[in-house]
Parts: sequence; structure tokens; C-alpha cells
Amino acid sequence: MAETYDIPQLKRISSQIRRDIVRMVHACQSGHPGGSLGCTEFFVALYFKVLRHNNHFNMDGKGEDLFFLSNGHISPVWYSTLARAGYFEVKELATFRQMNSRLQGHPATHEHLPGIRIASGSLGQGLSVAIGAALTKKLNNYDKLVFALMGDGEQQEGQVWEASMYAAHNKVDNLIATIDYNGQQIDGPVKDILDLKDLKAKWTAFGWEVITANGNNLEEIIATLEKAKSMTDQGKPILILMKTEMGNGVDFMMNSHKWHGVAPNDEELKKALGQLEETLGDY
Amino acid sequence: MIKFSFTEKKDTRSGFGIGLHELGKSNPNVVALCADLTGSLKMDAFKKEFPNRFFQIGIAEANMIGIAAGMTIGGKIPFTGTFANFSTGRVYDQIRQSVAYSGKNVKICASHAGLTLGEDGATHQILEDIGMMKMLPGMTVIVPADHAQTKAATLALGEHVGPTYLRFGRPNWPIFTAGRPFQIGKADRMLEGRDVTIIACGHMVWQAVEAEEKLADMGISVELINMHTIKPLDVEAILTSVQKTGCVVTCEEHQINGGLGDSVAQVLSRFNPSPLEMVAVNDSFGESGVPTQLLTKYGLSPANIVSAVEKVIKRKKKINSRILNIEY
Repeated sequence: MAETYDIPQLKRISSQIRRDIVRMVHACQSGHPGGSLGCTEFFVALYFKVLRHNNHFNMDGKGEDLFFLSNGHISPVWYSTLARAGYFEVKELATFRQMNSRLQGHPATHEHLPGIRIASGSLGQGLSVAIGAALTKKLNNYDKLVFALMGDGEQQEGQVWEASMYAAHNKVDNLIATIDYNGQQIDGPVKDILDLKDLKAKWTAFGWEVITANGNNLEEIIATLEKAKSMTDQGKPILILMKTEMGNGVDFMMNSHKWHGVAPNDEELKKALGQLEETLGDY
Repeated sequence: MIKFSFTEKKDTRSGFGIGLHELGKSNPNVVALCADLTGSLKMDAFKKEFPNRFFQIGIAEANMIGIAAGMTIGGKIPFTGTFANFSTGRVYDQIRQSVAYSGKNVKICASHAGLTLGEDGATHQILEDIGMMKMLPGMTVIVPADHAQTKAATLALGEHVGPTYLRFGRPNWPIFTAGRPFQIGKADRMLEGRDVTIIACGHMVWQAVEAEEKLADMGISVELINMHTIKPLDVEAILTSVQKTGCVVTCEEHQINGGLGDSVAQVLSRFNPSPLEMVAVNDSFGESGVPTQLLTKYGLSPANIVSAVEKVIKRKKKINSRILNIEY
């Protein structure tokens, strides 16, 4: 992106994206608002500040940094971010989860939505894909980076650890993965469903450089992503353990797993929108 | 009269290894990934000459499929190699989401398919893989008949764009297709005949060649089709042949459910209902043993093909007699 944004501008974008998220899931009465709201600052930081990318989408992304979303169910925040960053028209957000839409419930390449390079939704697969894209960047002698986002519940999938082991052993050091560490999954708190124990120690033991951040603090997540970038090309893949609040920005959606995959009703929508300023114009 | 003969036996997996090595030389975008079975998949030559384009993934097949899918982004053409069992059933969801649904140009190359894996037994003898792979939208499925054709198919994959499953095997097997043209999706009619169409794939094509010799001695004229591409299926080749012969026998080293026979049955029942017999494994797992003995025990020998042909011709005659109201 040629344009540079200051923090107040980025906060205004975040507010609009949060509005988009709740409006999208309300309109189709399905989808995953909780994780989407929690990751809003991360997506804004990535697409409006950190990522060297081009909104004239090209699948191979040769001169660009790439991003892969492994926990595909938080598609609302990605779709809104892509639209607000200019990948496609904002009004297309209204088609989310409708028949004949490019905005599938979970991200897909099948309908050729600009910005999406792989389907995700079935959990555990995105880090492997990101590693593959990072290896191709190395083979092609490109200096650009590959980013990936996973969920914390997703860490229960075995493939994540296959990928983790591979990237460290093979020094895939043009890769920055982030875990959305909100402590919630669809059936309840992660620690009750299948406790991850000391996730930082685990990833460190697997051979990654691990840094932490508060993912709902815009300045902090930007600084952490920039720090991660400065740590690349030094023989180790980088992991950001990003603490977020599921449902962040809408008071009644916070502090619970309840809003992982539930859409607000009309009244709840009104209440939520009352807490989120319309800054860029609703779609 | 012997219409096909062989002077040499080699394993189909070696045909893959040679083809992959040649592709490595001719196309710098070809990369190879293996899950700790480099020797078994005969990928050593590629690995040795192109170490930077060879990726040892370790015993982590799910990760291998995901990495391969990711590597296509930026123009690489990944060939993954492991046993057929670990290439399909173990990673079905990874193939489904990251490769097939995402439309990625990944070549899933699978050795040690079927009963002829032999002594390792049923845990490794996958007999369901053709079915699983052909059901995925957009997936091309190729089951070459011998060493020469496996090499030809591997080379063809270098030019073919789209997700593909290439299935081959372990044992030394007669080489009899050398010099024959190979085109993905175009069946090879190896023998012209009048009385029955035999449609076979993989190792079973040679079993059908042997069966044909016996059938010829019995005065039965066989049209033999090597259906190396299960998907997209050469429907025209099937219909043209059955129009002439009036009955079909399919032969495959796979479950009767979901394989080549199933695909042929769909074509026949939709466009030209005709008597059909399927020589395949009848809803059971395999077991340890010598490959040829296993083929006999599980009903995949030339003798089984001969019986199936006799049965299907009998049925054809019954139908004809009903239609024409004549006694044979």
C-alpha cells in the first residue's frame, strides 16, 4: 500500500471493520463474530501497515508479502479488511454466506475472491501451506515474507505440530506465524476442553523464536509485527503469541465463548452498533 | 498367438523415479517432496541431482500435502511421494481442502498400491484409493500399467495443469507398453476384438493380456482397453467398444466399490446398458503374502478374468436370445 496511516486513522478503520463484522453475521444469521472481533487490530495492522502487498490481486504474489488464514472461520474480519483495503468492492460484503457469493462461509479460492490464496476452514492446515509458500519464495530468491494466523483451539490439531517441527528443522526463517490466543473455543474455554499448557514453552522447544503481544492494542501489535519482521532471515521461524479478547469491541460478546459462532439478533445488532462508530460508511 | 510379450520385468515405481528425474532436468519448476520413503519411491536420482528442489518432510504426510499446496503459490510444480495408503486415506481432508478445492497444481504420486505390495499386509495395501481420489471434483486419476507407462505418465504430468493422483506399485512386472503413445484421458485400445471388451488398469492390464491368450484359444475374440486414466474417463472409447462387443469385463487391483468398474458401470447404465462383470477385490481387506499368490487368492488372476468373460458372454447371449427370440 502506498498510503501510510497514523494510529487514529487505523483505529477508525478498526471500528468500521467491527461494524462490518457484526452486520455481516447478522444479515445471514450465521458465522463467527467472536474471533473476528478479537482479531480486528491484527488484520488492520497487517493490511494497513505491515504487509507489503498489492490490492491488484495476483495468485502467485511474486513481489509481495503473503498472508494465510488457517482458522478460516473468522472470515468476516478478513473479508471486511480485504474490502476496506481495496481488494474488492465494499458492497460485496452484503453477499457474505449467500448463494452465488464469492464470500463463502469459510475462505475459498474456488470463486476467485481477490486476496484469498487457499481454502481454509478445516483446521490445522494453514501453517503447512504458509511454509510451502515460504519455501517457494526462497527457491525464487524473493526477499518477501509469509504471514499466517492460527487459532489457539486449532493447536489441538496434530498437523500444526508437524508443520512447527518442519519449519524449525528446515530454518524457514521468512515465516511469521501468529496464534490468536483468546483462550476460547466453540465448546468452552480451551483450558477445559483440552489444555494447551505452556504454549510458549512448547513452540520454543520446537525451535521457534516466540514473542508475545496484546493483540487488541493496535500500537502494540504493530510494534510486535515490525519486531517479528526484524527477526526474520536469522535461521528461525517466528511465532507471535497474541493475547486477544474474543468479541472485543462489543461488551456483551466479550469474556465468553458464547459468541464464537452465534449471530446477533436485531436487538443485539442495534446494541452492538451503538458501541461501534461508523467511520468509513457502512456497506 | 501371443500378441503382447515382454523381455523384462521392472517395478512401476522405478518408472516414476526415472520420469521424475527427467522432469527435474527439463523443468526447473518441478520440486519433489517425500515423507521418509525416498528409496521406496525411487526418488533418489532426483534428490541427488537437485538437492535444492528435493524436500524431505519426515513422517508427516498431512504437512507434506499442505506444503505442496503452498509451494504452487509462486509457480512450483510439486510432486509428493509416499505409499498410496499414506498418500490418500491418511491425508484425505488435506487433499480435499488445500489441493482439490483450492485447485492447486499438486501431483500426488503414490506407490505400493493394492495387494501387490505383498508381505507388509493389509495395513499398507490400500484398495480404496482410486475411489477416494476420483470422487474429488477436478482431480485427475491415473493408474499406469507398467514401468514404461508410469514413466510416460510422470512426464505427462509435467505439462498437465491441475491436481492429479498417480497410482503405481511395488513389484517387478512385465514391461509391455514401451513405444505405445500415452495421453492423459485417452484410453489405449491394445487389441481389437468382437466378443467382449476387457477394460483394465494398472497391474491388471498384464493379467488381462494373459487371460486374452487363453480366451483366444477358446475362440473368444477380446477387445482389450488399457484404461490408464480413471478420471477423466474416456467414455467414447468405452461406448465405441461396447457397441461392437455388447459386454464388458473390468479388471482392477482395488475394491469393487468405487473403482474403475464403478466408473465403467455408470457409463454403461446411463448410455448403453450392457452385461458387465467386475474383477476386483470383493469388499475385503488384503493380507500378507507373495503378490502373485495374493492376486490369485483375492480373485485377480488371469483365470478369474477368463471366468468373468465366460459369464458375461453367457449373459449377453441370454439377453440377445430374449430380444431376438432365438435359441443359442
